[in-house]
Amino acid sequence: MNGIAFDISHMLAGFLVLLSFLMLYQVRLLPLLNVLAAHAFVLAMSVAWQAHTQDAPHLYITAAIALGFKAILVPMVLRRMVVRMGIHREIETVVGIGLTMLAGMALVALSLEVMLPLTAKAEPVVREDIALALSVVLIGLLMMVTRRNAVSQVVGFMSLENGINLAATGARGMPLVVEISVAFSVLIAFIVIGIFLFRIREQFDTVDVGVLDTFRGGLR
Amino acid sequence: MNEPASLWLLLVQFAQMSLVICLAPLLTGLVRKVKARLQRRRGPPLLQPYRDLRRLMLKQVVLAENASWLFRVVPYLMLSITWVAAALVPTFATGLMFNWTGDLIAIAGLLGAARFAQALAALDIGTSFGGIGSSREVMFASLAEPATMMIILCVALVAGSTQLSTIADHMANGAVGLRVSLALALIALIIVALAENARIPVDNPATHLELTMVHEAMVLEYSGRHLAMIDLAAFLKLLLYLSLIGCIFFPFGIAQAGAGPEYYLIGLAFYVMKLMLGGVLLGVFEMSIAKLRVFRVPNFLGAGFMLGLLGVLLLYVSRGM
Repeated sequence: MNGIAFDISHMLAGFLVLLSFLMLYQVRLLPLLNVLAAHAFVLAMSVAWQAHTQDAPHLYITAAIALGFKAILVPMVLRRMVVRMGIHREIETVVGIGLTMLAGMALVALSLEVMLPLTAKAEPVVREDIALALSVVLIGLLMMVTRRNAVSQVVGFMSLENGINLAATGARGMPLVVEISVAFSVLIAFIVIGIFLFRIREQFDTVDVGVLDTFRGGLR
Repeated sequence: MNEPASLWLLLVQFAQMSLVICLAPLLTGLVRKVKARLQRRRGPPLLQPYRDLRRLMLKQVVLAENASWLFRVVPYLMLSITWVAAALVPTFATGLMFNWTGDLIAIAGLLGAARFAQALAALDIGTSFGGIGSSREVMFASLAEPATMMIILCVALVAGSTQLSTIADHMANGAVGLRVSLALALIALIIVALAENARIPVDNPATHLELTMVHEAMVLEYSGRHLAMIDLAAFLKLLLYLSLIGCIFFPFGIAQAGAGPEYYLIGLAFYVMKLMLGGVLLGVFEMSIAKLRVFRVPNFLGAGFMLGLLGVLLLYVSRGM
């Protein structure tokens, strides 16, 4: 693989990690959803670039799925949900954004440290895609752990899934059927989460999952 | 090196030194003008900063009773340090006479020294404004400096040197390719530059509201020529950061070492264009964003640090292949 192709895929994967950090930084819900859309868009670009360089036309379908579902449909539905629940102006109280970002940096360093030696025999593009994909996954997990608003947790989950996608497309020969089933399972999970969001909202008048900790049953 | 050549180099170097100090007030005037036009005001004329400086220079200095020698020395110190730092950054040409001193770390150190002097002077007269101003300034600086170090590390890893002249040559040659790390370093440098120059998301240069001011709180007690010097130093600092961004990330048209006078003129035209573009962009950016709460600033600067660190990490990945 020549220099510029590697540089472009490196750049796209790097932007994906950067957008993950932007999610950790953003505390307002609607801008957060915009970041999620951008995240999925960059993923689609990255997958399309992989399809181009690997001569694997079925990856274009993956890119289209990422673009259609994750960059347009899911953020749109989430936005409507947030607006309907009347929490679109809410500012989340997150403790220690700086600390969270440092933890995120540590996770990136960890995934590089783990993945680069492990994939020593693979191609450079695959190696860095997998290493950066692992960091996207870990940052998504971190996002789910540190946020208390259920919508932000969904966003974390979605970005995690994007990371998995990046890793899968970097490695050659992932069958399309796997990709489609993963996409649909995520969609199903998304619907279930959406229903849960409204249920939580109905029960507790908030989507702050902190109230679930103190809840001991017996409401109604 | 023969005699006329070194004389010529010295001349160009002095041209650069006078260029930065002549252009600095104009740049600030441009930013103010852009902001005013975007607010649908007419705004002060472009040359207003020069007039302000002249007026201040002619005015009598009013000193606090308990001001020590430090308070009087610091404006001279700040102006000279900032001027030296600004003159070290390659503006329209690389390979000038004193370019070997134009090291990124040296510039960071010079700016740190100027800031230290200013914070001390603000504490000197013992007013409460000086106290909050300098404590905030030092807090921001302690957050901005790690970010600066990360940016320097990132750029130096790419270019293989911390000398600005070498870096600009390396970047101008186009051998760098497409590097996401450099994009991250650029954003981090913009964040640091906004914080260091007391621009809007961090500090409002046009306010005297005690809750929010940082830079203005420190210079509140200065008047007359002292204030003129501090203002000029602030103008120079803005110019310095814009030239730094220009010479590291956009070294188009910069004249290389040993080029003829016509290349210097082209480089000069490019440099002025870059400054104008930077000034307009800064004005637009400042108009489109609200000032951050003081307690949110660490997050903002932390983001800058994080970007720099991420850039270094990504560089490590692509190097490790």
